[in-house]
Amino acid sequence: MVQSLPSYLQPDKRYRLQFGSILPGISARSPTFQSGRREVIVRQIIAPLLAVLVCVGLAGHASALDVKAAVLRIDYPRLLPISRYDLRPDDLGFAGAMLADEDNGTTGTFLGHTYETQQIAVPPEEADAALEQILADGIRLIVVMAEGRDLLRLTDRAAQDDALILNATAPEASLRSEECRASLLHIAPSNLMLADAIAQFSVWKKWDEWFLVSGSNFADTSLADAYRRAARKFGLKIVEERVFADTGGSRRTDSGHVLVQRQLPTFTQGAKRHDVLIAADGTDYFARYLPYHLSLPRPVMGSAGLRPVTFHAAHEAWGTSQYQSRFEALSGRYAHAEDYNVWLALRVIGEAVTRASTVDAQAIRDYALSDAFELAAFKGQKVTFRDWNGQMRQPILLYDGMITVSVSPQEGFLHQVSPLDTLGLDRPETECTSFN
Amino acid sequence: MKTLIATSLLALLAASPSLANKAFVSNERGNTITVVDTDTWEVIQEFDGGNRPRGITLSPDGSKLYVCASDDNLVRVFDTETYRELESLPSGPDPELFVIDPTGRHLYIANEDDNLVTVTDTETRTVLAEVPVGVEPEGMAISPDAKWVVNTSETTNMAHFISTEDYKIYHNVLVDQRPRYAQYTDDGTRLFVSAEIGGTVSVMDIAPDGTPTLVEKISFEVPGVLPEWLQPVGIKITSDGSRIFVALGPANRVAVIDGETLEVLDYIIVGQRVWQLDFTPDEAFLLTTNGNSNDITIIDVAAEKAIKSVQVGQQPWGVVVTPN
Repeated sequence: MVQSLPSYLQPDKRYRLQFGSILPGISARSPTFQSGRREVIVRQIIAPLLAVLVCVGLAGHASALDVKAAVLRIDYPRLLPISRYDLRPDDLGFAGAMLADEDNGTTGTFLGHTYETQQIAVPPEEADAALEQILADGIRLIVVMAEGRDLLRLTDRAAQDDALILNATAPEASLRSEECRASLLHIAPSNLMLADAIAQFSVWKKWDEWFLVSGSNFADTSLADAYRRAARKFGLKIVEERVFADTGGSRRTDSGHVLVQRQLPTFTQGAKRHDVLIAADGTDYFARYLPYHLSLPRPVMGSAGLRPVTFHAAHEAWGTSQYQSRFEALSGRYAHAEDYNVWLALRVIGEAVTRASTVDAQAIRDYALSDAFELAAFKGQKVTFRDWNGQMRQPILLYDGMITVSVSPQEGFLHQVSPLDTLGLDRPETECTSFN
Repeated sequence: MKTLIATSLLALLAASPSLANKAFVSNERGNTITVVDTDTWEVIQEFDGGNRPRGITLSPDGSKLYVCASDDNLVRVFDTETYRELESLPSGPDPELFVIDPTGRHLYIANEDDNLVTVTDTETRTVLAEVPVGVEPEGMAISPDAKWVVNTSETTNMAHFISTEDYKIYHNVLVDQRPRYAQYTDDGTRLFVSAEIGGTVSVMDIAPDGTPTLVEKISFEVPGVLPEWLQPVGIKITSDGSRIFVALGPANRVAVIDGETLEVLDYIIVGQRVWQLDFTPDEAFLLTTNGNSNDITIIDVAAEKAIKSVQVGQQPWGVVVTPN
């Protein structure tokens, strides 16, 4: 549980809506713009370096670099999802890796760089052996798709061989705080970022009173924690909380909707007056059933209804249509968020290799965390890393299952470093010390 | 009566040899082309432009309008007098931007989906060459001597220099994230490349043999505007090279840059999400397409001030003005 927030997180201090921000009247002497100036200076220093790099390339003296990476995916025994649309394809994540190898490889042809990414899927009990093999093969750049505790164990083992791990799926806040690791970068957004994205939209809509319904598994309760924290951070009120207990069994049955239609109105009956129901279901066993089955006619956000996601296959803005076309041509299916995360992880590596001309894992990490790093990722602004806990800063899409409804951070949420830092753990909040 | 009107019109036309120029605006969402009279700034026509019209250009004599109909996977060609569709050209999939060579014979088209630049012969209507470039090709520029075509690739983040003699790439220059547009100066000694997500414009000196050298990156800063929204896209340069205008996307401004010092002198407030630009032939006015306010802004180039906005179709993308 999150304790009462320190003063800098109190609503109406740092995170208040400032709609006047785009008007010239707001002071340009705010720290935000000082930071902007610093970036300009840094760029001016980098430009000559780049020119040198380019000249070297033009003269044909650029050293050939072969970039070898791996994607290690742990396949946990799981029940089938509620919706067939959420079935996990066999090449989940791997298709993103293939696209990244193509994209990086195309750029590489102009620089003499090649990219090759191994794809390994294993059950949990074989994960450690798989990592040993990857390391024995000399690979030091590893994208991991695993639950938090496995991710940490693998990261600690890989660190002994100076390998860099990129987290493509685990959302737990602790991995970005007290359990952070210097050799672990997070491509996947944290639960806190996702919850904050929803909370900002809620503020924008003036849906200030939340009815929080959470599941009973660890993934559900940690997600519920994130929503409680988000509500406090942005001055929203949770007027009622209920737990929808996971009693096991399969998630859907033939004509099971009949029972659902009777149970859920009863379950949600009598809740205090609220604007919206927030669902915290990290294990996908009940939230999908909530919309239209509530006792009161209220929208659902969180794990169902309007969901915060890093990516979805209908996203088109900012040139994403091209990403979708390339992905679909290559894989024969729609992209999942996991595919995008793996692609993005390998694009981070590709960008670092292109700009810093190195394949050394430590050097790639250092470049990714430096002020020089920036990457276009089909989200309308560059993505960068938080150098205090290794989390990638990125906008979060709010998705209704068909289209992008909105994108957070919402307009008017300001921050002295980047509006993206209004999502998730900010520098003063993290307990991470490995990056100091 | 009809004859009388026709005769009077003919007389009127004959009496005014300096006909007004026309600005053609592609409306990405509206699937139309808006025609604006550059004397009166009135909309004189709006016609069907195919599905998702984006890049737009003219034959050197101004008689033919070429439109990248992105969702039709072809380039549509229209008569600039009658607005009738004349023909279509093969373009490769999802054409977005193109340049035409000074003879009007060759179109160089960026195909975003296929990592290709397609060279199309406008007379035989055939594809002459496909040049593999970086990921998501977009910006296209041609050197004044027509020896080089420059393509920018949005995910590879390079400017690729393609020789028009053998369609091979001879130089690749890394620029900042998501390069959208490239523009040579009229004397061919400099090339400017905008990076939308990087927020910069890269400046390259071009040697007599066409070899580029990256010399500077121009950054932007506007009080009260988040740095993230300073997203340079379209670039136009006065023929004497003294002023460079850069459209800054969601910052809703056009930057004015000194061609000598490369310093940003001013920011002109225009409509919302400004992307592409074009001059009138006398360079008295600069037109901007504002995708989120469905209008174009007219900038007085000498005064460096916005003087007027004209409502066009839905989500204007590109603009081109007929020559004299």
